[in-house]
Amino acid sequence: MQIKNYRDFWAGILFMAFGLAFVLYARDYSMGTAAKMGPAYFPTMLGGLLFVLGGVITLLGLGRSDKPVTVDPTGWREIGLILLAVIAFGIALPTMGIIVAIALLIWIASPASHEFKVRDTLIATIVLMALSYFVFVKGLELQFPFLPKFLDR
Amino acid sequence: METLLSNLALGFSAAATAQNLLYCFIGVTLGTLIGVLPGIGPLATIAMLLPATYKMTDPTSALIMLAGIYYGAQYGGSTTAILVNLPGESSSVVTTLDGYQMARRGRAGPALAVAAVASFFAGTVATFLIAAFAPPLAEVAFKFGPAEYFSLMVLGLIAAVVLAHGSIIKALAMVVLGLLLGMIGTDVNSGVARFSFDLPELSDGIEFVAVAMGMFGFAEIILNLEQRENREVFTSKVGGLLPSGEEIKQSVGPVIRGTMLGSFLGILPGGGAVLSSFSAYALEKKISKTPERFGKGAIEGVAGPEAANNSGAQTSFIPMLTLGIPTTPVMALMVAAMMIHNIQPGPQVMTSNPTLFWGLIASMWVGNLMLVILNLPLIGLWIKLLSVPYRVLFPAILLFCAIGAYSINNNVFDVFMTIPFAILGYLFKKFDCEPAPLLLGFVLGKLMEEYLRRALTISRGDPTVFFTRPLSATLLAIAAVLLVLVFLPAISKKREEAFQED
Repeated sequence: MQIKNYRDFWAGILFMAFGLAFVLYARDYSMGTAAKMGPAYFPTMLGGLLFVLGGVITLLGLGRSDKPVTVDPTGWREIGLILLAVIAFGIALPTMGIIVAIALLIWIASPASHEFKVRDTLIATIVLMALSYFVFVKGLELQFPFLPKFLDR
Repeated sequence: METLLSNLALGFSAAATAQNLLYCFIGVTLGTLIGVLPGIGPLATIAMLLPATYKMTDPTSALIMLAGIYYGAQYGGSTTAILVNLPGESSSVVTTLDGYQMARRGRAGPALAVAAVASFFAGTVATFLIAAFAPPLAEVAFKFGPAEYFSLMVLGLIAAVVLAHGSIIKALAMVVLGLLLGMIGTDVNSGVARFSFDLPELSDGIEFVAVAMGMFGFAEIILNLEQRENREVFTSKVGGLLPSGEEIKQSVGPVIRGTMLGSFLGILPGGGAVLSSFSAYALEKKISKTPERFGKGAIEGVAGPEAANNSGAQTSFIPMLTLGIPTTPVMALMVAAMMIHNIQPGPQVMTSNPTLFWGLIASMWVGNLMLVILNLPLIGLWIKLLSVPYRVLFPAILLFCAIGAYSINNNVFDVFMTIPFAILGYLFKKFDCEPAPLLLGFVLGKLMEEYLRRALTISRGDPTVFFTRPLSATLLAIAAVLLVLVFLPAISKKREEAFQED
């Protein structure tokens, strides 16, 4: 068995996995009948449909080809840093306040760019901190601490 | 006609209050400001700014501002397309073709001016079309039972798949996955918290904004960072704004044709603005006596698509306002905004909230007028903004998205929720799957289930109810015809051509 389109192949696998997961998870709930649909009814139908569609997509990706369509390489560094930055922001915000959260987000995320420059990032940090203070803290009065809790009187 | 005028008068009196004019102005300005930034389309812009409207007490003002953000962002995207050859959003992809070439020849000013005026003209026509066609459509909607609503949503989703570009079967799978993700949360009928992994935050379902930001905002940033290309900005060569007499003459026809085409296609579900601009470009190229000029800086290639995408963007409000069914992800956000203010979108809005309904419509025209007035003198400022390097821009976008996600419920849970969707969005992009259909399915999931349940309860479980009721049968028949047509070899080839960028 050969694969002629890796993108289709993997997309199909992913859809099948999701379809199956929903069908299996829906078994926790009651199915009901068409006239009295239970909470599992519609999700099970859809999950089955997704499984079938995923299967067809995977099959379409199979076949012989001299030049198979491949999936572009994964940018682990970019994904890792961006997601890490968002997670750090989320963890820091409730206790450490917006100023620390901004610093963490910007300095974790920025090196993901291949043209990262310390000076530019420093300026961006200061500008964004000031902007956030005026727009989100003063202007929109969003509910989060400004400084770390132990510093805030 | 008389009611149309009195309705519009009511609308203008609502839209022209100092407060609403101000919100419209803020919306249009913010929308353009963020829309100009490359890599953020109207959807991410609205998602980012949606929390700013939560605090507003008057839903009319909130919607007016959001609508302003929408066409502001739409317009900002065109500016970026012309000056940087980087479409801010998918509907301005075609504008890059000739707009950027004009910029390279030193005609960026006229290209921007023509784009602005074309958009304004299209916006004016579309506003009147909405005012004229929304009431009769809402009348029809009142005749809809659950079966019709279900069939209409099926048609809407199928049409969205057919009109989107890329593989149809993948788009179908994306829709179904979206519907399934929409199931997460408490089932209204039984009270069971479905697929919630026992997380209390998930019992209300996943926040739409978190899905949209993860899939469109974050995934897009990661992909942009992977492509290490440098872009060229035409900051110095914008020149005068005034188009030459010949350029004006060449633009009139495309603007009118683009407006008509866009208005029609915009009503159809699924990325109306994208399809409109592509088709308008194809149309202009086809009927031109000098098709070889296209792609080398033909002003018709800017005027037509720009008019089309603006009128399409506006008429896509029609199904949302009259039927309560969002046909594009942006409209889904509008629905979310209405729900936050306790307004259930649907045909009853026109009668129960006439000020909101007509005020919103009138504000579209006001907003378009503001865009022209605002944009032409401010082009210099947008250019400055464009010269901000992406390395500084993307952390800012990331930050605003994160704060936006937090402010939905003042809870970091929604910030973390963007992570799986960023990963999913990234994977799907790598696998050539368009994320927009998933978002549509996600919004419609629970509604569809509810209408299916009601229809089947009334028919005592008999599924033929969808085919025996004439309106429902017609809607399903159209959906079936669309699906069959698109799989016919001749049509599928044409469809691919329509989305070709040359």
